[in-house]
Amino acid sequence: MVTGNLTADGIHVDMEHLKKGEVNLGTSIMAIQFEGGVILGADSRTTTGAYIANRVTDKLTQITDSIWCCRSGSAADTQAVADIVRYHLNLYEIQNGHPPSVAVAASIFQEVCYTNKDALTAGIIVAGVDRHAGGQVYNIPLGGSLHRSKYTISGSGSSYIYGFCDSYWRDDMSEEDGMKFVKEALREAIKWDGSSGGVIRMVVLKKGLAPERHLFLPDENYADPPKTV
Amino acid sequence: MTSIGTGYDLSNSVFSPDGRNFQVEYAQKAVENGATTIGLRCKDGVILACEKLITSKLLVPGSNKRISSVDRHIGIATSGLIPDGKHFTNRARDESISWRRSFKESIPVASLADRMGSYAQAYTLYSSVRPFGVTAIIAGADDDGPGLYMIEPSGLYWGYFGAATGKGRQAAKSEIEKLSLADLSLLQAVKEAARIIYVAHDDNKDKEFEIEMTWVTRSPAKATAAATGSKGMIWNGWVHEEVPRELVEEAAREAKKAIEEDDDEEDAKGEKMDEDL
Repeated sequence: MVTGNLTADGIHVDMEHLKKGEVNLGTSIMAIQFEGGVILGADSRTTTGAYIANRVTDKLTQITDSIWCCRSGSAADTQAVADIVRYHLNLYEIQNGHPPSVAVAASIFQEVCYTNKDALTAGIIVAGVDRHAGGQVYNIPLGGSLHRSKYTISGSGSSYIYGFCDSYWRDDMSEEDGMKFVKEALREAIKWDGSSGGVIRMVVLKKGLAPERHLFLPDENYADPPKTV
Repeated sequence: MTSIGTGYDLSNSVFSPDGRNFQVEYAQKAVENGATTIGLRCKDGVILACEKLITSKLLVPGSNKRISSVDRHIGIATSGLIPDGKHFTNRARDESISWRRSFKESIPVASLADRMGSYAQAYTLYSSVRPFGVTAIIAGADDDGPGLYMIEPSGLYWGYFGAATGKGRQAAKSEIEKLSLADLSLLQAVKEAARIIYVAHDDNKDKEFEIEMTWVTRSPAKATAAATGSKGMIWNGWVHEEVPRELVEEAAREAKKAIEEDDDEEDAKGEKMDEDL
């Protein structure tokens, strides 16, 4: 069954690409680069149609010690992709005696997403720190292309915050400023996007340090200080 | 050679009762007569140099290369059986291409050495094959800087500051040990490499030879190859290429002069001793 509609330029956009009952991460995710590393952020809503299947989902997934990803699209597809990439990168580290760079991680994500593009609904952001290049952020949207940028936003909720991010983004943000930027952007995405909601989760990655997880709750109006989980 | 005639040297993968693998040892013998080949790892790059004896006046000067590029940033010099070396190098090329396909980055030197070490080792295991009659010196550079590895017919490999193999390896090794490679620049190493090849050649003076020399460098000022990279190109910025002819010739001239001076000094010493007598 063909669903969805034609855009003005005649390209068919299938908005109903999930199977009936399939779990969707109708999502707001983002990642930014800052002075000392990267910050990943996500909302926590998972839906099956109009029903919220999980209101405290964890869409931030660890791949290696210092490389994480944000998942959007089909929960099943993105979990499977993350598992496959994690396997490859663990093998890489064991065989070569050093952890893979963020660029290598991103290109393996891309390879899997591109070669299986017809079967997947996966929009993934890869972010991490490595020995040589420091913090990096990569976006892999639906078709399986790969884009590096200083910050990137993705998922259904991201449409609402392009203006916000463009206005408030600065290249020289501190960790504190970066966390504020991510939180306020996601607050806005959650506010306007019906498929995004719940808590705001964040992961901060800094060179040579263990990942830090943060949690902001809606019933506290996502107030600081965050719960460190 | 009490082992000869016992039958334990007739096949690969067969140990002798005292735990030796003779086929591998014979392969090492083949290398011991090969061309003197050295590698020097210095702070801003790596040098490979090889003494190429001229076996016929009919050969075009500079032809029949012993050092080849595996990837843009890695070169391999082999000593021993030339066809074995060609096959070994081709395998290294396949490995580096496969790495690019998988990871979209230039293969790190340590990873190539590891894979090629495993490849050489596999040829000591089966009765249908024989070990490689070559020692390979792998020179390259990656995000961790310059790297130099030497792989033996057994599959054994180590990382080195300076490596030498072939006929003149003993003389070459003792010369390399005198250098402080951690402080040496690439341009200084060109001269040292040429000198070492000349010193190691000393034992069989009468034979004509050429020096083949390549380096791995990142400096756009030194590299003669186009040291450019555009977005999307898989390349770590290091180039393996031949050292410019003029540099090698100049280094060779200085090496010859230094050695002649040494000889004169020794002659002078000899005369003095005669007087003492």
